[in-house]
Amino acid sequence: MNPEHLIPVAAPAASPASPARRVLLGAAGALAAAQCLPAVAQIPTNLNELPEIPALQEFLAGRRVQFARMQLEIPRVADNGNSVPIKLGVLGAVAPGAVQSIHLFSEKNPVPRMAVFHFPASTARFDIESRVRLAGTQRVVAVATLADGALCVKVAEVLVAIAACLDGS
Amino acid sequence: MADARIQIPPAIKRGENFEVKIAIRHAMETGYRVDDVGKPIKRNVIRELVCKYNGTEALRVDMSSGFAANPLLQFWLVAGNSGEISFEWDDDTGTKYAERAAVTVAG
Repeated sequence: MNPEHLIPVAAPAASPASPARRVLLGAAGALAAAQCLPAVAQIPTNLNELPEIPALQEFLAGRRVQFARMQLEIPRVADNGNSVPIKLGVLGAVAPGAVQSIHLFSEKNPVPRMAVFHFPASTARFDIESRVRLAGTQRVVAVATLADGALCVKVAEVLVAIAACLDGS
Repeated sequence: MADARIQIPPAIKRGENFEVKIAIRHAMETGYRVDDVGKPIKRNVIRELVCKYNGTEALRVDMSSGFAANPLLQFWLVAGNSGEISFEWDDDTGTKYAERAAVTVAG
């Protein structure tokens, strides 16, 4: 590191003018942060709301869902949509047969119903790991059907740099 | 070369959950791609995958082109008796595939 560079940084701490400089710096920082905010707000994501997927609406058939317990782990940014790691699970489901099935829906894929995992009554741990294809930046929805009929939902958004199925679609 | 590779932990205790991994060799052709001369490549994806533990269904997966090529799947089963874990799956060509692995349960 350049020693000359260190001197001006260390000097204001001892000088009486330093509080004013800090205020100024703080204001500049706040301004910079404020300029960043609109960009963040532009991302139109509401992860507590179901995206419009006809196949999902058809599956739910008007049934009520709860945005709880379902776990859906997927990278926020995927370099390649051809293979995106995904982890599914249901919080607190440890009893055999607690979960009947987990359904995975995609907002933009040509096949919106990506996968259905059916668990028999003997299964006691409902964690699934796999790799999926995603045709572009979109929201992915996981729905777990519990033994008591409850539907647990989790929505996640993935930014896909290179979409799968670029050809012909 | 086998159609799939199955991985099961070597030491499993009765009543415990254990993780099963399967990697299937399959192109999972989406049907949206074209070949070098612009001819569409026919869709060929795995439709259904069934896992059985000693003959009893342990997991059933409805698959689609939404799975990456050479699909990988990790899930959990409850250890019962020693025996075998078998997988069966079929694709759009109507071909049926099967693969099995031995399970040794202690206790």
